[in-house]
Amino acid sequence: MTAEGGSVTLAGFDYEISARIEIPADISEEGTILVSGKLLAEITRSLPQAQVTLETEGSKVLVACGRSRFNLATMPVAEYPDLPALPEVAGVVDGESFAQAITQVIVAASKDDTLPVLTGVKMEIEDDLITFLATDRYRLAMREVSWRPHTPGLSTSALVKAKTLSEVAKTLAGAGELNIALGENSDLIGFQTGSRRTTSLLVDGDYPKIRSLFPDNTPIHATVATQSLVEVVRRVAVVAERNTPVRLAFTDGQLSLDAGTGEDAKAEETIEAHLDGEEITVAFNPAYLSEGLNAFNSEFVRFSFTSAPKPAMLTAQDSLEGSDSDAYRYLVMPVRLPNN
Amino acid sequence: MNETARPRAILHVDMDAFFVSVELLERPELIGEQVIVGHPAGRSVVLSASYECRALGVRSAMPMSTAMRLAPQATVIEPHQEQYRLASRRIMSIFRDVTPAVQQLSVDEAFLDVTGSLRRLGSPPRIGQSIRDQIRSELSLPASVGIAKNMFVAKIASTRAKPDGMLVIRPDETVPFLHTLPVSALWGVGQRTGEVLARAGIHSVRDIAQTPPATLGKMLGSTGAKLYELAWGRDERAVEPVREEKSIGAEETFAEDVRDPDVLHTEFLRLAHRVAERLRRAGKLAGTVAIKVRYEDFRTVSRSRRLPQASSSAVALAESATGLFDALWRDGDAIRLVGLRAEQFSGGAGVQFSFERSDANWESAEAAMDRIRDRFADSGVKPATLLNRPAGGARAPEEKSDG
Repeated sequence: MTAEGGSVTLAGFDYEISARIEIPADISEEGTILVSGKLLAEITRSLPQAQVTLETEGSKVLVACGRSRFNLATMPVAEYPDLPALPEVAGVVDGESFAQAITQVIVAASKDDTLPVLTGVKMEIEDDLITFLATDRYRLAMREVSWRPHTPGLSTSALVKAKTLSEVAKTLAGAGELNIALGENSDLIGFQTGSRRTTSLLVDGDYPKIRSLFPDNTPIHATVATQSLVEVVRRVAVVAERNTPVRLAFTDGQLSLDAGTGEDAKAEETIEAHLDGEEITVAFNPAYLSEGLNAFNSEFVRFSFTSAPKPAMLTAQDSLEGSDSDAYRYLVMPVRLPNN
Repeated sequence: MNETARPRAILHVDMDAFFVSVELLERPELIGEQVIVGHPAGRSVVLSASYECRALGVRSAMPMSTAMRLAPQATVIEPHQEQYRLASRRIMSIFRDVTPAVQQLSVDEAFLDVTGSLRRLGSPPRIGQSIRDQIRSELSLPASVGIAKNMFVAKIASTRAKPDGMLVIRPDETVPFLHTLPVSALWGVGQRTGEVLARAGIHSVRDIAQTPPATLGKMLGSTGAKLYELAWGRDERAVEPVREEKSIGAEETFAEDVRDPDVLHTEFLRLAHRVAERLRRAGKLAGTVAIKVRYEDFRTVSRSRRLPQASSSAVALAESATGLFDALWRDGDAIRLVGLRAEQFSGGAGVQFSFERSDANWESAEAAMDRIRDRFADSGVKPATLLNRPAGGARAPEEKSDG
C-alpha cells in the first residue's frame, strides 16, 4: 500500500496473479506499508460508507472510519516481491462483451485440478477477432468477440485460468474499454482499465485441438424457448440422482423430458419445440444441460444434432423459426443409456 | 441388555487354512507337510500356513522372513487369488441355500443365523454337520463350525473346533464355557488390553465377569463395559446379510522403499486395474478415488477426490490417483506402501460420453479383458505398461488371511 502524490496504490501478488489499483486520496505523509490483504479486505467490507483514514503508529497501522477503529500489524516491505510489469498492450476490447463472453465460456472449463490445461480458457486471437474456448472433455463452449488489435493481422493465442478470467470479468470489465496486454514470448497476460490492472501467469501446456469437434453437418435441428427449457430441466432433474441423466425426446412440435426410473421416482414434462429433421431422443447430464442453457440470454436456443450418440450443439436464436447466431456455441456430449 | 425370549441359533463357519487347503487340491503330495502360501520375497507376509507350520509358530500375517526362520523346511506356494475367490463363491452359495441371513466376513468365513431354518432343516448341529459335509463333498475342503446363541460365542466355538471340527455351545452352557477361557479369547482383547487387565490381576473371562463394570470402565474406557457384557455371554448383534460393499480397494507393500515416482505411477495403474475389474464385476461405477501413501517412517497419508465422471475404468481411476499422488510427492520421499480405493458408488445409470473417444474405448477395452480372463484364467492379459513389473515388488495380502 503506497501513499504518493494524490493517490493510494494497493498492490498484491502471489507469484501467479498480481493486481494493482490506484485510488485518489489526501496524502499527509508519503510512504509504503505492507499489511495482510485478507484482513484488510475483511475490515474494509465491514466498514460503513464514509471516509477512511489510514495512519501508521510504529509497526501498526490504524484504520479508522466513522467510529470504528482497527489496528493492523504491518510487515517488512522490503521482503515483498516486485510486481511483474504489465506486458505490452496488444489491443482493446469492450469490457461488457468481454465479461459476457467469459461468463459464457467458463461454464465448460474443467474444475478438476489434475488436468490443469483444461482448467484454462483458450484465447485465440486472429486479427480483430478473439475466440474463447473451454472444455472439460464433456462439453465445450466457444465464443467469438471482436476487438481492436494494435497490430493489424495479429495472430496469437494464450491459455488463461478460467478462475482468473472470471475475476477479471467481475472487477475490471465493468467500465468501458479493457486493454489486453500480451507480450510476445511472455508467460504473462495483463488486463488494464482506468487505474486498475492485473497480470496472471499463463497456463503451461498444449491445449487440445477442439475446434474440430464441432460437427460439420447437422441434419437435425430443434428450437426451444430457452427460459421454459431451463425451468423444465430444473423440475425434471429433481428426481434425477447425482449423475443420472435427463432424457429429451424431440418430436414434431414438441419436446418431452423425463428423468428417473420407474422404481423410485419419475418425472416428465412436455414443452413446445420446433423440429427440423428426424425425430431424435438423447440423454444428458442435467447439470451439463442446464449450465449450458443458462449461458444463453437469447429468447430461443437451437439444438443441432448429427445422431443420438454424437455431441449436440446449442446456439442462440431470436425466434422459433428464425436463423441462429453462432457467436456462442455450446457443445455437449450425451449420456449413453444402459439399454441403447 | 435383556436376553431375547427365544434363543437364536448362530453358526460361524470358518474354512481351515483356506488358501493352503485350496492349493493342496492341486498338490496332494504336500498333504501333511509344512506349507506356506505367500510371496517368498521381500517384505511380504504369510497369507496362510498349514497346521504343520502353525505347530512351529507360523501365523497368518507374519512377515515371510520370520516364517521362513521358524519353518525353514516349508514349501512356499505363490497365492492364486482367482482360485480362492472361485472356491469362496461356491462356499457362500452353499451357506445361502441354508438361510438368507448370511454375513460374510471374508473370503472364507461367515456367520449364519439359522433360527428360521430349524423347522425345515433340523437342529443347529445337524445343519452345521450338513454344511461341513457339503463343503467336503463339493469342494473337498475342510471347514470348522461353531454353534452358539450369538455371534461372538459362535466365533469362539469355531476357533476351538479347528481344524476340521464342530463345537456346539448350548445356550445354558454359554456362561460356564466362557468362564473357562483366558481373556484373550474375547473380541477386542489384544496384547495391550491384555496387559492392562493382567496388571489388575484379571486373567480369565471369569475374572472379568466378577469385576464391577465401573472398574473395567476406569481401566479400559468404553471397551470395559463391552468386555463385561461379553464375559456374561451377552451379544445381541444381528447377523446382517451381505451389506452392500461401500468401497473397493487394493494396496501394495513394497519389498524395499520406493523412491522413484515412475515406479509408483505404474503401481497405481496396476492397483487401478485390480480395483476397476472388481468394480465392473460388481456392476458399479466409482464416484470417488482415494489413495493411501505410507512413508518409510510409517507416516500414512490419505487423499481422495471426486472423479469428473463416475467410472469403472482403470485408466480413469489411475489418472485421478496419480494426480493425487503427484500433489503429495516430494523429491527424496521413500514410500513403503501405496493403496487405491474406489468409493461413492453409483449404479449403472448411463455413461457420460466424452469428446475423447479413448475414454469410452478404455472402458470397453477393459471390459473385454475381463471377458478374456473369464474364459482363460491366468491368461495374463494386462496393459503393456504392466507387463514388466518393476523388480522388488512383493504383493501384500489384499484379502484378510484365513484361519
